[in-house]
Amino acid sequence: MAKPTTVADEGRDVLNGRPAVHDKKHPLAGSAAAVDERLGVGKITKFGLRKVFPDHWSFLLGEIALYTFIVCLLTGIFLTIWFKPSMAEVEYDGSYQLMKGLMVSEAFASTLDISFDVRGGLLLRQIHHWSALLFVASVTVHMLRVFFTGAFRKPREANWLIGVGLLTFALLAGFSGYSLPDDLLSGTGLRFADGLIRSIPIVGTWVEFFVFGGEYPGGLIISRLYMVHILLIPGLLLALISAHLALVVYHKHTQYPGPGRTENNVVGYPLFPVYMAKAGGFFFIVFGTMVLFGGLFQINPVWLYGPYDPAKVTAGSQPDWYMGWLEGAVRIWPNWEWHIGSTTWSWAIFLPGVGLMGILFTALGLWPFIEAWITGDKREHHILDRPRNAPTRTALGVAGMTWYGFFWIGGANDIIATRFQLSLNDITVFLRIAVILGPIIAFFVTRRICLSLQRADRERALHGSETGEIVRTPEGNYYEDHVPVPAGELHALTQHIQYPVLVADDGTGPTGVAGTPKVSRFRERLSRWYLGRDIRKPTREELEDAHHHEAQHAIGTGSPEEDVKVPEHSGRH
Amino acid sequence: MNTESKRRRKSLARPWLLVLALLVVGVAYSAVIPQTSSADTEMTQQIAEGKALFDVSCSSCHGLNGEGQTTGPSLIGVGAASVDFQMGTGRMPAARAEAQIPVREVQYSQEQIDAVAAYVATFGPGPAVPEASQYEPEGLSEEEIARGGALFRANCSACHGIVGGGGAMPEGKQAPSLADTENVHIYEAIRTGPQQMPMFSKDVLEDEDVRQIIGYLNEASEQPQYGGLGMGNNGPVSEGLWIFLLGIGGLSLVAFWIAKNGARAR
Repeated sequence: MAKPTTVADEGRDVLNGRPAVHDKKHPLAGSAAAVDERLGVGKITKFGLRKVFPDHWSFLLGEIALYTFIVCLLTGIFLTIWFKPSMAEVEYDGSYQLMKGLMVSEAFASTLDISFDVRGGLLLRQIHHWSALLFVASVTVHMLRVFFTGAFRKPREANWLIGVGLLTFALLAGFSGYSLPDDLLSGTGLRFADGLIRSIPIVGTWVEFFVFGGEYPGGLIISRLYMVHILLIPGLLLALISAHLALVVYHKHTQYPGPGRTENNVVGYPLFPVYMAKAGGFFFIVFGTMVLFGGLFQINPVWLYGPYDPAKVTAGSQPDWYMGWLEGAVRIWPNWEWHIGSTTWSWAIFLPGVGLMGILFTALGLWPFIEAWITGDKREHHILDRPRNAPTRTALGVAGMTWYGFFWIGGANDIIATRFQLSLNDITVFLRIAVILGPIIAFFVTRRICLSLQRADRERALHGSETGEIVRTPEGNYYEDHVPVPAGELHALTQHIQYPVLVADDGTGPTGVAGTPKVSRFRERLSRWYLGRDIRKPTREELEDAHHHEAQHAIGTGSPEEDVKVPEHSGRH
Repeated sequence: MNTESKRRRKSLARPWLLVLALLVVGVAYSAVIPQTSSADTEMTQQIAEGKALFDVSCSSCHGLNGEGQTTGPSLIGVGAASVDFQMGTGRMPAARAEAQIPVREVQYSQEQIDAVAAYVATFGPGPAVPEASQYEPEGLSEEEIARGGALFRANCSACHGIVGGGGAMPEGKQAPSLADTENVHIYEAIRTGPQQMPMFSKDVLEDEDVRQIIGYLNEASEQPQYGGLGMGNNGPVSEGLWIFLLGIGGLSLVAFWIAKNGARAR
């Protein structure tokens, strides 16, 4: 690590004409050698420091998640020093006068103490909460990047699954965390979770009694959530993040298509010194941004919400953003309920609450395998897809985001109603239609846009870019001159693999012996739906032909017949 | 003197006698009946003024005797407090029928409002306009104000939201924000239950409780914004919006800048 310094010292010695002292060792060399002899770190360090990463802004979204997690760990340690995870009632006697003399839980009182009586406590609390919001947000956005660029494909399916696990635990970390202060808002959120648990048919009530140690709210839930929030989930997150990063190193980072980038290399800069500087700097920028957020913007003002009391719910109660879509789903769901004998089956809570979460996470977990099955793709991929080159996947992703987005809006329906002077009932009716129609429209629009972009790519590859120069031929024809796109760009436009649509077979082998079909009719239809609309990328012959054609224009040696074609040709683009 | 002229004089004397008798009776009556005080005259005058205003501005919807029609509810028994609230916040007279009559610029002077209130109070007994001592929160201790907060969360925040920021109700109605509401109007609203709001009688919330609630609201709105800018004060909704706009958006720009500037080749 200290090598450059040593080299510089020697160089100066040479310039000064003094004999270089070759046996003079770096002061750390001895201890470094000692550590290396015992722990073998030299090899690992050498390997790690020379590791190459490609450069792209979207690769830093995952880094935001990592850094906000670290910020959460650091600020969280500070908060645990003062927080008391107890639901025992005490009389509040801190500095916040609007709570003076009220009976509150120790958890709530200690949160107020952290906010008003611990030096720097409110800042740290706010940094912690903002970082938690950004943590889940960056995990989500990072996941979207991975999805739309196809980075989940072989060999990274396992890492995608770890990512789905990380998202799950990130949600749980956030939820268990904001429930801890035992304020009116978080208590309402806990009540919501209690409702979800209870809505599970048959076992719901038993699970509720298990989770809350009796009837809601009981006196245990805060200390249980505390254990979950500061021990269980951070531990799981740390383990999964380590595995996630280890797999990134093992698989090597994916890269966007470009000149010199193949499935067998990684084009970028080494970890040391370039990425040490870049990632290290970015860590401090993320940390600094979170400190600014914590210092400038109020978040979760529990002193305004007041202590939790199961009898009270305030208007405008919302969960943190990542639970908002489930809240919205429950708000707009029709009141489906069965009454059989003396029992109630509350589908209006179970389906949107538990069901949608199940659908989303099942779909996320299975997607890499479903896609590989539809396309019949068994190759390894290290070059990322441009989203337009996987139009059906991109369209499905946007449809999913639209679906999520409308449920999300539902979670804020009362805020929207009051801020925009709309009727709550109208918003509900609109959203019930929009969650079904919106994704369908989004799917077709997105796929159409992707195909148009593919078509534009093909045009650009074949005919080059417009120069803006109008050329007049001796015959009086006009056309706009085109120049071929640079080789690097041409590569990026045409490097992607286009998969053939799978063809169904009846299982008859080459010897004429009947067997089970490898590709069923259903799979063929699915494959046609998924792949069948791609705009064929130009072949090598087409490209050479087109370039030959352009070249003739450029040097002005086209034969008269070819020149006649020019107006048609230029009219095409 | 002839008898003719005597007879004529006699016939003139009879009407005169009647006039004299009437005068005597009238003076005697005025001496006997109880004196009307000047205050009562003013009250009558105020009610008359109120009736005049009511006939012009209110009766088209509420009926000529405040009996109510399809367009406006009956005002019998709503009391002066209700009129003072509805007109004093500019809700009445309403511009048009809508889901909820909104707060507008106050159309009448306080004297005119008092006149209409006095007139409407004659329809039937109802809550009177409160004395300042009933609603002004002066002299409350910190503990009492904190208790007002607990009462607010128990009775009011289900509709008016956290610290009275307002909340949505079905069919385009809403519980308005209490941030700019006068103390007296808060008291009157609690006692009269305007529009969607339920009425809280003195059996449910004593005057002392109402004072504590008002004290809490005043105190809460005077509090500094601990922790920084509220950014819309919509709780987690605005927090989520800003973490995506500024957090993800801003840091993506930084990421773009970091990735754009590669290492310089040596």
